[in-house]
Amino acid sequence: MAFVPPARHLLRARDLADSRYAEAIGVEEMAAAAGLSKAHFSREFRRTFGESPYVYLLTRRLERAAALLRNTDHSVAEICLEVGLQGVGSFTTSFKRMYGMTPTEYRDAAPPASAHARVPACIVRAYARPQHRTFREDSPPART
Amino acid sequence: MKIANAQLWVHDQEEALAFYTEKLGFEVRTDVTLPEMDDFRWLTVSPPGQEDVAVVLMAIPGPPMMDEDTTRQVEALMAKGFAGTVFLTTDDCHADYEQLKARGVEFTETPEERPYGIDCGFRDPSGNSIRLTEVKLPALT
Repeated sequence: MAFVPPARHLLRARDLADSRYAEAIGVEEMAAAAGLSKAHFSREFRRTFGESPYVYLLTRRLERAAALLRNTDHSVAEICLEVGLQGVGSFTTSFKRMYGMTPTEYRDAAPPASAHARVPACIVRAYARPQHRTFREDSPPART
Repeated sequence: MKIANAQLWVHDQEEALAFYTEKLGFEVRTDVTLPEMDDFRWLTVSPPGQEDVAVVLMAIPGPPMMDEDTTRQVEALMAKGFAGTVFLTTDDCHADYEQLKARGVEFTETPEERPYGIDCGFRDPSGNSIRLTEVKLPALT
């Protein structure tokens, strides 16, 4: 009988990496989602999707980290945790390997998030108004 | 013309952020605080894979941007659950329901068959209603 790759199970594992990368999941959790042993899963995943599950999960996390560095003012340490990575040191190393610069350098190379956040003009107008809470006009006329 | 963002009032942006990212699994699209605008925080989130449209989690501004009466009215509407709804779709309502329930989301409606598919409902911490629907296309006859 011809071998049928368990692609549906592997896709479930890939979906897990895409949707829950922010949690402390690893290849073991992905293998469990596919219902396969870790070694067998890693082999099948690489054969089906062309890269190891570890790399798939890591690149997903780094892609999210890059977006957060560009579009938020969260600190590098916060972003590291937000994408499910545990240590800033290994985050920096992995990030540099993929993007050719450290997270801080990457952020500095782009305009600050506040410069391109699409805060609507109506809000800017409302919040940029002078913050005086009382004007003399509001006071009741002084009695004489 | 396209929808870019739609806004929801929230009582507490940190609480809303934790709910939408940690429980619902959304991603942060933009999060910037602008000191020159009295620390106004522009915070948007949307589901993974859908980056071109986002929900703005907007703090109720209060005076002087919004007078106290209006602020109280908005808060009252939110408390009653009438301040807005986000309608989500999914490929598998039952599976998402189980996953969200396991993460502590409190459902107001469990998944039920409707003429248009299967859907369920829950609230965010501010009381905003969220519906999650597995849309069933009508059979072509």
